[in-house]
Amino acid sequence: MALMDKHAVLERNATLLLVASFAVVTVGGIVEIAPLFYLENTIEKVDGMRPYSPLELAGRDVYIREGCYTCHSQMIRPFRDEVERYGHYSLAAESMYDHPFQWGSKRTGPDLARVGDRYSNEWHVQHLIEPRSVVPESIMPSYAFLKDTPIRVEDFSTHLIANQRVGVPYTEEMVANAEADLTAQADPNGDWDALLARYPKAKVGDFDGNPQALTEMDALIAYLQMLGTLVDFSTYDEAAGYR
Amino acid sequence: MKYRTELVGVGFATFLALLGAAFARDALFQAHMWVLFFVLLGGTVLLLRQTRWGAAAAEPVQSEAAYMDGPIRYGAIATLFWGIAGFLVGVIIALQLAFPDLNIEPWFNFGRMRPLHTSAVIFAFGGNALIATSFYVVQRTSRARLFGGDLAWFVFWGYQLFIVMAATGYLLGITQSREYAEPEWYVDLWLTLVWVAYLVVFLGTIFKRKEPHIYVANWFYLSFIVTIAMLHVVNNLAVPVSFLGFKSYSAFSGVQDALTQWWYGHNAVGFFLTAGFLGMMYYFVPKQAERPIYSYRLSIVHFWALIFLYIWAGPHHLHYTALPDWAQTLGMVFSIMLWMPSWGGMINGLMTLSGAWDKLRTDPIIRMMVLAIAFYGMSTFEGPMMSIKAVNSLSHYTDWTIGHVHSGALGWVGMISFGAVYYLVPKLWHRERLYSLRLVTWHFWLATLGIVVYAAVMWVSGIQQGLMWREYDDQGFLVYSFAETVQAMFPYYVVRAIGGLLYLIGALVMVWNVAMTILGHQRQEEPIGGAKPSSQSGLQPAE
Amino acid sequence: MDYNTMREFADSWALLAMFVFFVGVVLFAFRPGSKKQADEAARIPLKDE
Repeated sequence: MALMDKHAVLERNATLLLVASFAVVTVGGIVEIAPLFYLENTIEKVDGMRPYSPLELAGRDVYIREGCYTCHSQMIRPFRDEVERYGHYSLAAESMYDHPFQWGSKRTGPDLARVGDRYSNEWHVQHLIEPRSVVPESIMPSYAFLKDTPIRVEDFSTHLIANQRVGVPYTEEMVANAEADLTAQADPNGDWDALLARYPKAKVGDFDGNPQALTEMDALIAYLQMLGTLVDFSTYDEAAGYR
Repeated sequence: MKYRTELVGVGFATFLALLGAAFARDALFQAHMWVLFFVLLGGTVLLLRQTRWGAAAAEPVQSEAAYMDGPIRYGAIATLFWGIAGFLVGVIIALQLAFPDLNIEPWFNFGRMRPLHTSAVIFAFGGNALIATSFYVVQRTSRARLFGGDLAWFVFWGYQLFIVMAATGYLLGITQSREYAEPEWYVDLWLTLVWVAYLVVFLGTIFKRKEPHIYVANWFYLSFIVTIAMLHVVNNLAVPVSFLGFKSYSAFSGVQDALTQWWYGHNAVGFFLTAGFLGMMYYFVPKQAERPIYSYRLSIVHFWALIFLYIWAGPHHLHYTALPDWAQTLGMVFSIMLWMPSWGGMINGLMTLSGAWDKLRTDPIIRMMVLAIAFYGMSTFEGPMMSIKAVNSLSHYTDWTIGHVHSGALGWVGMISFGAVYYLVPKLWHRERLYSLRLVTWHFWLATLGIVVYAAVMWVSGIQQGLMWREYDDQGFLVYSFAETVQAMFPYYVVRAIGGLLYLIGALVMVWNVAMTILGHQRQEEPIGGAKPSSQSGLQPAE
Repeated sequence: MDYNTMREFADSWALLAMFVFFVGVVLFAFRPGSKKQADEAARIPLKDE
């Protein structure tokens, strides 16, 4: 039977085998990934979400560089214990400006999706320098060196531009003021009005206890302190978005 | 002059690295370019020392009839070298979790060491094993020399350069934070180039084969190469901040980024750690057992079903997250269906020994391969089970996942690779047999014990921590703070490190055995239980 | 194209189509005529060194 001999052809023709197996392995990915760019509940905008301020973005880069995601998730699942322990379950929109996402896959340490505003800046500094001085059971490494590592301010706008290119809606005004905003956010004497107009709810002030220097410790804590604080769940409509 | 093109290429690349270091826009990129510069400089010096100047005395022309085994020999050694490195880093980070003072900031903190471990074992150890064995298998089953001449050497050395750049980058803090795809954009571009060359060599060899039929092992290798190329390119789409800086921002964000990453992540498991190594199984198990595969027709069904189903399974890494439910459900359903082709492959591998089960007693290499297949069956049962949403709600974020991964990685990937290398070494260096079969038995038991300890301990710790997180008292309050659940993990983390250490010691025994074999020694020893005298043992099938 | 349409399609026609295709593949692979050829192919690794 003619059809029955077709696989023999496949078994003897390398090009066909290549094309056929490539076709077979693309199906699943296309069916699963492509709709996510169109379906409403994955691209809905929730009130309060905004791009990261320059200092938060710099802190996020430190978070990525140090591999924090290897031990901390940023994705609260809709279970009673998780919601009680960490706060409202995570919404898709809350990571819409995350290039890349930081949901994580392992909780060697606790979830950090809503760690913002939970502890003081001083606690974070102490915890990052010597974790076991504030949490005796902790197995986290020390990150004291962040306090002595200055942030490079020069050209920081290029980071915002790169984010613009992948779709984050930074305005030209935000890009133009990137370096100024980066320093102002951690400067206790800074003029914060313009910054807060561009990045509502940003945490301002000296973070690392050293107002003279702008360090990676400032940036990381500025990022941690805003995590999960942008969406106001007292006004969020649960029914509007199914998950 | 020998190596003219190579010298010009490497020398030029060295110069480019120097320029990169000089004009770098950030300190980390500069440091990474210095690393690249010195690595390439070393390569240039080595090439120069090998070169003979003056008019080329007629180089002995390599006969087209002979197989090209040079890159395979190097690949076998690289497999063992990176294996030891990867296992060692694994033991170190296991100890860091038990004794956090072992973290040395900033370069040797857990967050930077963990990608070093995963990449070293998956891409350096597993990748070298796959490249070396695929080059061996495709030549033998096609009865043709590798296509492309020295291109195979480019694949080998290019891949080692990728490993060195990835590893040093992690320690410096250069990472995309995409699990198992951490290297930054410029290292990704380099790997893409090497991978295309790999595809050309492999496919070219199939094209010029003298055997009319393409043996099934080559299907698995081919689908592994092609699919990894697709996954690598799509998952690493990113925009660099500067072409002279390390940092890039990924093309996708949030939900889309998460699914793209786990579509990649799970199929790194499915195609790198499964399809590729199944290719290994379909060649080396029949060879070592000296009998054809149990059912060739089952292997056809196995192949198509496996590659079709695997690609859908990614979303099970994102159960109960903000990923839409329909995608989670699809991921779960396909993961469960995946159980069937996986076990079809397992049965096919195991039943190849039917009628020759006595070899399990007399041949420790076969024993190793059979254990690998058994662990393949075990972890491809555990995987579908963990992808069920109710189970996953407990297992996710805990050590259970880590245990599952290691029973697959140490049990399946590790053991089948060890078996293949034990088979290959005497053949590649034209030795009559291995230095010692008894040492293979030692390796077998050390590794097996290590895996069992590791997996069992991670089950307990994972399930215990998952249950502690959700435990309520009768007043309706959470019983444990997070810190208390971390403290409870301490004994398990210590024992897990011991399991890993046993596995590492087993691998060191292998290195000794292989080194002695290559040096041409044969240990005088009693044959294993009822085996024929060593010179005619199962190692050297009379063909 | 919303969630429900996709879901209904996925768990009815798409599922059936894939199942039928799978059965077809199995029948095809195990058709009686393929036995000799498969046995031949299975011996490839043992033929050559």
